[in-house]
Amino acid sequence: MTPSIEHSVRHTNRLWLATNAFGATLRRDLAVTRRELPQFLIQALIQPMFFLLIFCKIMPSIGLTAGNFASLMLPGIIGLTELMAAIQGITLPLVLDLGFAREIDDRLLAPQPVWLVAAEKMLFAAMRGVAAGAVIFPAAWLVLGSRYAVRGDRIGILIGMIVLAAFAGSGIGLVIGTVVKPEQISLMFSIILTPLLFLGCTYYPWGALHTVRWFQVLTLFNPLTYAAEGLRYAMVPPVNGRELPTLPVQWVLLALVATTALCFGFGARTFRSRVVS
Amino acid sequence: MTTNHAAIEVRDLVKRYAKANVNAVDGVTFSVRPGEIFGLLGPNGAGKTTTIGVLITSVLPTSGAAAIMGLDVASDPIGIKQRIAVVPQQSNLDRSLRVREILTFHAAYHGVPHREREQRADALLDELGLGDRKNDKVARYSGGMSQRLMIARALMHAPDVLFLDEPTNNLDPQSRLFLWDRIRALNAQGLTILLTTHDMREADQLCGRIAIMDKGRILVNDTSTELKKLIPGGNAVEVRVGLPAPETGGHVLEGLRGLEGVSKVDELDAGAPAANDEAGVVTYRLYAQNAPALVGPATQAVLVAGGQVRDLHVKQPSLEDVFIYLTGRHLR
Repeated sequence: MTPSIEHSVRHTNRLWLATNAFGATLRRDLAVTRRELPQFLIQALIQPMFFLLIFCKIMPSIGLTAGNFASLMLPGIIGLTELMAAIQGITLPLVLDLGFAREIDDRLLAPQPVWLVAAEKMLFAAMRGVAAGAVIFPAAWLVLGSRYAVRGDRIGILIGMIVLAAFAGSGIGLVIGTVVKPEQISLMFSIILTPLLFLGCTYYPWGALHTVRWFQVLTLFNPLTYAAEGLRYAMVPPVNGRELPTLPVQWVLLALVATTALCFGFGARTFRSRVVS
Repeated sequence: MTTNHAAIEVRDLVKRYAKANVNAVDGVTFSVRPGEIFGLLGPNGAGKTTTIGVLITSVLPTSGAAAIMGLDVASDPIGIKQRIAVVPQQSNLDRSLRVREILTFHAAYHGVPHREREQRADALLDELGLGDRKNDKVARYSGGMSQRLMIARALMHAPDVLFLDEPTNNLDPQSRLFLWDRIRALNAQGLTILLTTHDMREADQLCGRIAIMDKGRILVNDTSTELKKLIPGGNAVEVRVGLPAPETGGHVLEGLRGLEGVSKVDELDAGAPAANDEAGVVTYRLYAQNAPALVGPATQAVLVAGGQVRDLHVKQPSLEDVFIYLTGRHLR
C-alpha cells in the first residue's frame, strides 16, 4: 500500500479537538439536511398550511370564528410547528441509532466528550425548528392575505421567542429520543405528543381559559403553552389600542430556558448511559 | 513518538455490568507492543468485546486500568479516541452519506485538514478496491464491501492502534483472504492491531501473539507455536495398524514404545474409532518432540512386530485443540 495513512500534523489540544469535532458533526447534519431540503420544507409546511387555511380562512368566512382569530392562531401554529420540527429532527434518529443502527458511532469515536454529541444533536434540531417556524411567515402571508396581521415593534422579542421555542422542543426531543426504545415509537406518539399538541395553548390563548380554571392550570405544565404565549406576546397586534393579555413574558422566558436546561441536563445523562456502559 | 511504552496496556481489568451476577471481564492483564498483531481468541461471551469496549472508551471498567500509547483510557478519552480506530462486528456506516463522504466526514471529525482528507479518501478507496464505487450509497454495498469501507474509514485519521472486532465473521472466503492480506499489509506499515475472533484459523494466520479467553479470563497468552506446545498431542504421529492376530497388538505397542524420542504412546480406538475402522485395526498416537523424524522408524517397528501399516500421518495441532485442551469445550 501507499503510505497514505501517515498523518501530517496531530493536534494535541483537547479543546481544539472537541470544538473541531463538534463543528464537523454539525456540518455533516447540515449537509444531509441540505440534500433533503424539499422533503424538509414539505414536512414543515403542509400541516401548518392546512391549519391556517381551515381555521383562519375558511372558518371565519363561514362565520364560525371571530375576525381576529387568525392573528391569535398564527403564533400558536408557529410554536407548534417549531416544537414538532425540532422533536422530529432529533427523536426518531436517536431512537433508531441508539436502538440498533449505531450510525452515530463514528461521532462518538471522534475526539470529543460524549455529552457534546448530545449537545450537537440538540443544537441541530433547534436549527431545524427555527427554520420550520420561520418559513411559516411568508407562507402565512400568502395564505391569509388581508387577514395576516403581525406587529412589527417587538421583532427582537419575536426572534428570541422563535429561538427559545425551538430549543425547548429539541430538549424535549432529546429526552424522548434517549428514553424511548424502538419498539415503543408508536406508543410515544400517542401518549407523549398528543397531550403536548392539545394542551399547549396552540388553538386558544391562555388568558381566555380563566373560565375553565382547572384546564388553565393544566396547560401550565406544557412547555408549548409558554412558546405559544411568548409568540403571541411578540406577534399579536393590539385591538382598538388594547393589548392581548398573555402569560407574563418574564415567566415565559423562565419556563422556556428552564425546559431547555433541564431537558439537556437529563437528556445528556441518559444519552451517556445509553452509549457508555 | 520517542516513547517506549506499550501500544496497549491492560492491568487487572474487571467489568461487571449492572444487574449481572458474574464479571464479564474478570481480572484481565496483557500488553501489546507497538507494531504487533495481537489476537483475543475465545467463544462468544468470553469477554473479548467487553475488553475492546473498555479500550475504545465505550465501556467503563469496574476496576483495573487500561492505557493506549501511554494515555489512560478512563482519564483521557479524547486523547484515546484520536489515536485509535475501530472496525465493529456489524456495519455502523453512516447511511445518509455517500461512500466517499463517509471517509471525508470521518476525517473531518478528527481534524484532518481538507486537502489531506480528500486525497487520503481517494487513495484508500483505491487501495481497498472501492475506487469505482465511491459515489454509491452504502445501501448498495455488499457485506464484504462494507467491511472494506469500514477499514478505509478507520484509517482516515491515521490511528496508532486499530481494533478489529471479528473482522471476517460472515464474509465469503474470497473477501476473507482479501481482508487478511490488507490486515497484514497495514501491520507491515507499523500499525498496531488488536483483533478478536472465534476463528482459530484467523488467529493462527494473522496474530503474532494470541490470548485465549474464556469466561472473562485470559487462560494463556503466547505465540501460536508456543500455545500449540502446551498440549501433549501437540507434536505427534498417528499410525493406523492392521493386526492379523490379537497378540500382534502387544508386540506393536512394545515396538513403538521402544523407539528413540517417543515420550508416550496411546491406543486411540477406545475413544472414537474412525467410521471405517474394521475389526483388528487400531490407531496409535506417538507423542514426541520431533514427530516427523518418527515416520520411518514407526513404520519399521510396526512391520517388524507383524502389523500392517494402513495409514500414517504427522498430527497438525490447531488452536482449537489448545482451546479444547484448556477448557474441555469446543470454541463454538
